[in-house]
Amino acid sequence: MHGEDRTARVYWYLLLAPLVMLALFYIYPLARILWLSVSTPTLGLGNFSQLYTSAAIQRIIVTTARICVITTLITLLVGYVLAYVTLHVKSRHGELLMFFVLLCFWLSVLIRAFGWLALLQSRGVLNTALMHWGLISEPLAMVRNELGVIVGMVHYMIPYAVLPLYANMKGIDQRIVPAARGLGASPMTAFLRVYLPMCVPGILSAGILVFIFSLGFYVTPALLGGGKTVMIAEYIALQINDTLNWGVGTMLATSLLITVFALLLLMSRVADLSKVFGVK
Amino acid sequence: MTMMIERSSFGFRLSVFGAWVAVLFLILPMTIVVPVSLTPERYLSLPSGTLSLRHYQSLFSDPIWLRSIRDSLVVGFLSTSFAVLLGTLAAIGCWRISSRASGVVRMLMLAPMIVPTIVHALGFYQAWVQFGLIDTYLGLVLAHTMKGVPYVVISVSAALANVELKLEQAARSLGATVWQTLRMVIVPAVLPGIYAGAVFAFVTSWDELVVNLFITSRNVYTLPRKIWDGIQDNINPAIAAVATILMLITLVLMIVRVMRGHQVNDH
Repeated sequence: MHGEDRTARVYWYLLLAPLVMLALFYIYPLARILWLSVSTPTLGLGNFSQLYTSAAIQRIIVTTARICVITTLITLLVGYVLAYVTLHVKSRHGELLMFFVLLCFWLSVLIRAFGWLALLQSRGVLNTALMHWGLISEPLAMVRNELGVIVGMVHYMIPYAVLPLYANMKGIDQRIVPAARGLGASPMTAFLRVYLPMCVPGILSAGILVFIFSLGFYVTPALLGGGKTVMIAEYIALQINDTLNWGVGTMLATSLLITVFALLLLMSRVADLSKVFGVK
Repeated sequence: MTMMIERSSFGFRLSVFGAWVAVLFLILPMTIVVPVSLTPERYLSLPSGTLSLRHYQSLFSDPIWLRSIRDSLVVGFLSTSFAVLLGTLAAIGCWRISSRASGVVRMLMLAPMIVPTIVHALGFYQAWVQFGLIDTYLGLVLAHTMKGVPYVVISVSAALANVELKLEQAARSLGATVWQTLRMVIVPAVLPGIYAGAVFAFVTSWDELVVNLFITSRNVYTLPRKIWDGIQDNINPAIAAVATILMLITLVLMIVRVMRGHQVNDH
């Protein structure tokens, strides 16, 4: 047993380098942000009181929450259909669908937002074509507003919903629907009362995952919102870059961090987190 | 075998139709950049009549674009190497110890994947000012390394789940040192996990923008930064040309992967 202890200790040494690096170059920087949020310009919770008093901040939070909820709901619906069909069609057909989802997953977020910009902006491909064909006389406003942000965000998030939903559905015994049908349930009843309830853990964890990613999203809202529709991550960057207001910037960053971890805690009640993130 | 699902039902056909509409939505913005990159005009437009490679030419003759690609490659390869080293050590350490404490360590290692980018971008900026790392290669490599580690930890841990702890004990009881056990027994067993983690870590570094915006300026200038600046000042079709090239590379790599995967399945 003594040898066993010594071996375990040797393996703790292996963890030493990663832990020191993480502490110095990750945990410390984050701790600085938390500290600044309660110490700039003066010690105390003054910055956080702005969550209750500043109309500008409240407007940003409401916009962010609204966009994230809408994005999450649309993403879940589209992701569910994609995952369901991918699993249930013939395997070659399913592989083709999955191929496109993964292609999207691997492509840079910047390239994807640029694609939408090229397509949707006022002198973009779609408006030019519609005007050329005489269908509209004025360009439609499809970016630099909430519509553009939601389109871009749903596009980015779909793969993140499809993958956990697909994994969850794969774990469901595929014989239950035929069994329910054999017992006299209509296809709709079999789906709604038997299949869908078994997907709930997958839907919840995919939903929370997408919602968490949406909350802190920067690139797509900044490009497709065009400064008109501002979400919290872009607002934080504006506080730092334009007004050098580190107090408010770090306070919002801290609030965002706390929200994300609170949601993760919630999520750990419906799903095994280490499974969701793939360790185990 | 009974039929698992009624594929001919109206509801199912409607779902299949919906899934393909979703796929069209997914590939729409990507397909649109290809013709835009071939336009002979100087502004974003679909080519009418003639195609032109002028935007590809201007891309490859512009030293700033070329430099940004070089910077992205250098930072990507260096940070991937460090992330693989640290992530593999962490995953193996946690796997062998496998106690409550090591479980906590493993979850801690995943933090950079969960924390919103804007939050740690501010943190890196603050700390890097103190460490004198702003706008240096070392600074960017370190930040990208921290962001890459979680992916390596995840994929190596997944590979380790299929390795028996007894294997390590057997090697040790036959007289191998810890170092020999790692090098000759454990690492070879988890090599596929290490490769997968490396791919994720590299792509994470290659695509990173927000952190770069905060901790680099002129000295280190990566490709996403160049694309971002290009979109901000004036959107020109050269960006569509970069986008097309990056998409083609992704497409080719994925097709290669699928074909190799199929070969493995056939056996």
